Amino acid sequence: MKILVYIQQDEGKINSVSLEALKGAQDIAAQTNGTVSALSFNADVCSQLAGYDVAEVLVVEDDNLNTFNPLFYLKALEDIAKAESPDIIVFGHTYEARDWAPRLSARLDIPFISDCIGFKNEDELTFIRSIYQGKFNSDSVVNNGAFIVSFQSGAFRVDGLQSGSADIRQVTVDLSGAGDSIAPEEKFQEAEQAIDLNQADVIVSVGRGIGKEENIELARELSKTLGGEIASSRPVVDAGWLESSRQVGSSGQTVSPKLYLALGISGAIQHIVGMKGSKNIVVINKDKNAPLFEIADYGVVGDIFEIVPKLTEKLQNA
Amino acid sequence: MKICVLIKQVPDKDSSLTIADDHLTLVENNITWVSNESDNYALEEALQLREKHGGEVIACTLGKDSARQVLKDALAKGADRGIFISDSSFESLDVLSLGKVFASTLEKENFDLIMSGLQSDDQGNSQLGLIIAELLNMSHGTLGMGTEIIDDSTIRLKKELEGGWFQWTKLSLPASISIQSGINSPRYATLKGIMMVKKKTVDEINASDVASRASASNITVKKLYVPDKTKETQFIEGSPDEISEQLVKLFKNDIKVLN
Ligand SMILES: Cc1cc2nc3c(=O)[nH]c(=O)nc-3n(C[C@H](O)[C@H](O)[C@H](O)COP(=O)(O)OP(=O)(O)OC[C@H]3O[C@@H](n4cnc5c(N)ncnc54)[C@H](O)[C@@H]3O)c2cc1C
Repeated sequence: MKILVYIQQDEGKINSVSLEALKGAQDIAAQTNGTVSALSFNADVCSQLAGYDVAEVLVVEDDNLNTFNPLFYLKALEDIAKAESPDIIVFGHTYEARDWAPRLSARLDIPFISDCIGFKNEDELTFIRSIYQGKFNSDSVVNNGAFIVSFQSGAFRVDGLQSGSADIRQVTVDLSGAGDSIAPEEKFQEAEQAIDLNQADVIVSVGRGIGKEENIELARELSKTLGGEIASSRPVVDAGWLESSRQVGSSGQTVSPKLYLALGISGAIQHIVGMKGSKNIVVINKDKNAPLFEIADYGVVGDIFEIVPKLTEKLQNA
Repeated sequence: MKICVLIKQVPDKDSSLTIADDHLTLVENNITWVSNESDNYALEEALQLREKHGGEVIACTLGKDSARQVLKDALAKGADRGIFISDSSFESLDVLSLGKVFASTLEKENFDLIMSGLQSDDQGNSQLGLIIAELLNMSHGTLGMGTEIIDDSTIRLKKELEGGWFQWTKLSLPASISIQSGINSPRYATLKGIMMVKKKTVDEINASDVASRASASNITVKKLYVPDKTKETQFIEGSPDEISEQLVKLFKNDIKVLN
């Protein structure tokens, strides 16, 4: 089993999700008698990668690959895949990977199992995905031939990476036919984040279960009583009920308060990555199967509209 | 501007889902079906582009018979026409194979823009738009949080990046772009819109007649299951009053966030 891991970087800094994927690749190799090669488009990154237990590090140096442009990246990996014939190409499931790995699958005409949370090698190499917004897992296998796989953030721990010393090999690619139909501009941030949720000991976070804008008041009252900040999942911000700087999750803030009280939030992975480090997670949800209960310290299966007003009242009298 | 919007029918987020005895499918009789959330945002963006720049919006879905409903909903909101690719066994097919069915079906329409939600709320592969882009030789962009038509041959897409960053990207048309939730406020169908649905056409294509449809999937799903719990959760039970009492004690004595 020949495994090629693409290591994403930004100005010479390795993306941690692709480093986790490298650990995943090491584990797969260990269980299948395989070898791992790490690939980067940045020479500094390659010297860091050479310190890990990999068969070799492949480096491509080309000015067109300094910053991300999917067309150049695709052409580079297409050439490399043809020259090296890996059995598996591994990505960290980052936003950047979303913007080219699926197209690579079509270009190489090989399947892509995306956003996996792990793998197992019982009878055959099986990849685990989280589906239906975290409600279920699925086990998938590839029937034949080479394939692409990407691993979600948190699927493996980088502190488990095996170190070693690998050779670095320069590889060349021909980017002349890459195309010019995609022209990325400068990256930017919107106006400064108004609220730093990390200052709060208590966060009362509302999800779509809050139902409508007026109901936000219930949660605001509770968070005021607790001396905390109000936050939310993405749909609440999408609906315009709270400002975007109050969103917790992969496209919002990452928080770790003493108390994270979740009201009507189901627990999709993109939300969980933003709050799983909280010291105490208390979840109120009317669906006993809501995935957020899986990481809750304390859970209440119930209706927030019945509980929250009573809770606020009792806290005010406490 | 001729725009295609891809819409998938998925279970409503509030449906309680149960895995069937085959450990491969869901028990269907208690599922409420809806259009995938980010696809609704893609449809809205397409309708707004048409309102500003003229043209045509065609909604397309691939699925079982029940999926016709997502096209009706799109037509009621203002899409001009529908394309229904009927495929009763699509769920067993890998995304690349499905992408080939879409590409052969959509190729002859010569769309300027193909829009889709960034991922479906069921399988969440987040691949289809890019696969179609590759197969039809279009430019692409993902996680769109804003669009701007520059001229007849160029669109600018504001892409969401991680950690609060964004990036505008210029794309030559034709382009296949995926849309992130929150880009706009999707409209509801009006009564007039609903009345208009009957007058609009939906072209029907049977996936089995599409030459590129693979007969077998290259990825096989072996089973579905409920994930193991990773944490010991202490459940608090009782009447709303009792629960509230206990939560106050918990906040005070255990978590110690009350002064
Ligand atoms: C690339 C990408 C980035 C994303 N980034 C983020 C992000 O940063 N943050 C984020 O949160 N999401 C993000 N999402 C969206 C994420 O996938 C989920 O769609 C979202 O987190 C769901 O929000 P929710 O739990 O509030 O809503 P739902 O999933 O709809 O859950 C609502 C919950 O409320 C419960 N409920 C309803 N009524 C009541 C009641 N009366 N009492 C008690 N409970 C009730 C229901 O049982 C349900 O569990 C992202 C998605 C993608 C694809």
